[in-house]
Amino acid sequence: MNTLPLDPHVISRQGVGGKFNEGDPKMMVRSVLAAAGVFALMQAPVATPVMAADFVFTAIPDQDETQLRKRFGKVAKYLTSTLGVTVKYVPVKSYAAAVTAFRNNQVQLAWFGGLSGVRARELVKGSRAIAQGKKDPFFETFFIAHKSTGLKPSKAFPKGIAGRTFTFGSKGSTSGRLMPEFHIRSAFGKLPKKVFKKVGFSGNHSRTIALVQSGAYEVGAVNYKVWNREVKSGKVDTSKVSLIWKTPPYPDYQWTIRGDVNKGYGKGFAKKVQGALLSMNDPDLLKFFPRASFIAAQNSDYAPIKETAKKIGLID
Amino acid sequence: MITRPEPSPLGRTTTTFVGIAFICLIFADVAITTVDPWEEFRRLLLGLVTPDFYATDSVVLAIAYTLAFALLGVVLANAMGLFLALLFFSRIVRTGCAVVRAVHELFWALIFLQMFGLSPLTGVLAIAIPYSGIIAKVYAEILEEANPAPLKVIPAGTSRISAFFFVRMPDVWAHFRSYSMYRLECGIRSSAVLGFIGLPTLGFHLETAFKEGQYSEVSALLILFYLVIATMRIWMKRPLMPVYLIGAAAILPWGIAFSSAHIVRFLTEDIVPHPLRTGAGWEAFWDWLNMMVVDQAIPGTIATVQLTMIALVATGFLTIVLFPLISPLLLGKASRFCGHIFLVVARSTPEYILAFVLLQLWGPSMLPAIIALTLHNGAIIGHLIGRYTETVSLRQDASTGFNRYFYEVLPRVYRPMLALLFYRWEVIMRETAILGILGIATLGFYVDSAFADLRFDRAMLLIAITALLNIGVDAISRSVRTRLRLQTSLEQQ
Repeated sequence: MNTLPLDPHVISRQGVGGKFNEGDPKMMVRSVLAAAGVFALMQAPVATPVMAADFVFTAIPDQDETQLRKRFGKVAKYLTSTLGVTVKYVPVKSYAAAVTAFRNNQVQLAWFGGLSGVRARELVKGSRAIAQGKKDPFFETFFIAHKSTGLKPSKAFPKGIAGRTFTFGSKGSTSGRLMPEFHIRSAFGKLPKKVFKKVGFSGNHSRTIALVQSGAYEVGAVNYKVWNREVKSGKVDTSKVSLIWKTPPYPDYQWTIRGDVNKGYGKGFAKKVQGALLSMNDPDLLKFFPRASFIAAQNSDYAPIKETAKKIGLID
Repeated sequence: MITRPEPSPLGRTTTTFVGIAFICLIFADVAITTVDPWEEFRRLLLGLVTPDFYATDSVVLAIAYTLAFALLGVVLANAMGLFLALLFFSRIVRTGCAVVRAVHELFWALIFLQMFGLSPLTGVLAIAIPYSGIIAKVYAEILEEANPAPLKVIPAGTSRISAFFFVRMPDVWAHFRSYSMYRLECGIRSSAVLGFIGLPTLGFHLETAFKEGQYSEVSALLILFYLVIATMRIWMKRPLMPVYLIGAAAILPWGIAFSSAHIVRFLTEDIVPHPLRTGAGWEAFWDWLNMMVVDQAIPGTIATVQLTMIALVATGFLTIVLFPLISPLLLGKASRFCGHIFLVVARSTPEYILAFVLLQLWGPSMLPAIIALTLHNGAIIGHLIGRYTETVSLRQDASTGFNRYFYEVLPRVYRPMLALLFYRWEVIMRETAILGILGIATLGFYVDSAFADLRFDRAMLLIAITALLNIGVDAISRSVRTRLRLQTSLEQQ
């Protein structure tokens, strides 16, 4: 049987490959084998009662990953030194992945947003919100707009955003999705996709700012802390994008811990973790959050978030 | 009286498809919404010419993981695929294979993430499962087309196993080998893309770099990715295979917690429709189903079909433009070399990544998806057709230039080109769904939203609909190909 080169499987027979010779793969495999133990990004080890395993936490990817790695790398170091177990931070790509990792006990602690925290605690019986930033009970969402829209800052809800293109942050975000969608629906009595010419999900708050600044979207909803930080650090071109409205305050971010950590890491471990988080007062560490300090939190603090999410059909 | 000649079936089919695509295009949203798209494009180009190979931490490990997932996934798929190919006479096996390959590996990965978490099993199975469905089909076709003569001359009483290994295998072995190499290339691409949803492959860093606008890092990662694929034929030697496999298995961190309880929970609770799970009754279930179909499945399906049809026809047009780049009938050696490079880059770049880039530049519309799908698939089919023209010999006195292209070459390649296009139709549709994850409102958009909301019941329903749609398109494509007597692999006359 002779097959003409029409067969899809002949596609890669041709030899452009011969032109390159960088990177000896065998060498690479060997060096990787050596390096595997050091990096091990995927390593989220088992928490068994017998073996004092590493304590692993994650965080919702709400902004630039570089920023998150810096911040939570420091937190991991701090917790390792205060708790007496090795604490590791595992980065994830989505809010849902953070919740799933928590649900499946691949992480035992997580820095969640309001909505992801509610979802996680709903899925993991006995899990508790234990700490939040001092100002997190009064979180805000900022609506930002490209200068070409001519929208001006206002105290009242900016009805002029109707008919424009609009971007949320991540689909699972509290400040980037839940609260802005709630206010848009209350103001117009319609679904966002009926209010706007086009609705998108940027993925995270840094992206939202970038997309509105570039004009890819005319209006966007962003976490006020990320906005303030990026404005302060000079990353935002305020001649192109500006703040037009602030939502009323609502409870947002918090640390949530699984209910069964005491079984895995010893009696009173959850309390120890809470204590460590609340006494985190190194300004260098707090600066990266950015939070002035941490205060105690409990599940009931987030009841309004749960209500809102139910109202707009984000949870059943 | 002049009678108009009957339009050829080939012409009619072409007109029909171009017509459908045109109607789809009228209703498609293809606006560039970015106010200043070229500013970002300039930054991207600048980044591409100034690659920064030191920007990514543990990039070597990311490459190793990319290869490890691909190798293990493809090898496993080859074993399962071969086994299933032997059972392809069974309708159940054929249907099962059609179903598993109708679901894109990214969707498989999203499902396995729920069951196994971020464990190596998720990555390996996300590649192995759909690939075994594809491989089973292709191997079954190869076996079917194999020369039956040797089977007739073996002594009576030869066992089926001996007959298979000593009579049939030697005949088809070369085809299996070349196909599995092609699959490995696909596997590396898939593996890289799995990083976009959190597996630690090249895509993980690529997504981060893209999102943060670190285009020099993007450039470096892409170059490394092309190098891995382009050098595949050098390092992928059969005697080294065991070494690679052991290496691949060794570097993946298998010791990750996942319990069978999670798998059971996913299968028996998470994916049960919410009204039934909470005991709200059948009436509530029908309301739920109705809401899902009206609000999500129908608009998603329309967008999916629309995008698929536009991309399919656009791919056809692009193929006609691209294949001459590597055709010895039309171009000289030096130009063909450049053509090869261009086609390799265009087809090695996963359409997911292309669409991702274009979306950043042009804002949200169907345009980035159309261009990405067309470029990627046009490069693939263009390459195959270009290679095909190597086997075509023209008369000594054949015309030259445009006349040669239009009157000698194009008519000769048109039929095989259509065959490949229809063959690829289903692939394009599968990719279309996936682009929804990037925000284009195809079925994939709704699937992604369901996963983001941790509503796995909705996700599974939508994935099932996506799969049905793919199977449907596959069936239509097969019947069109049969009717037009188009063959993707032809017996040489």
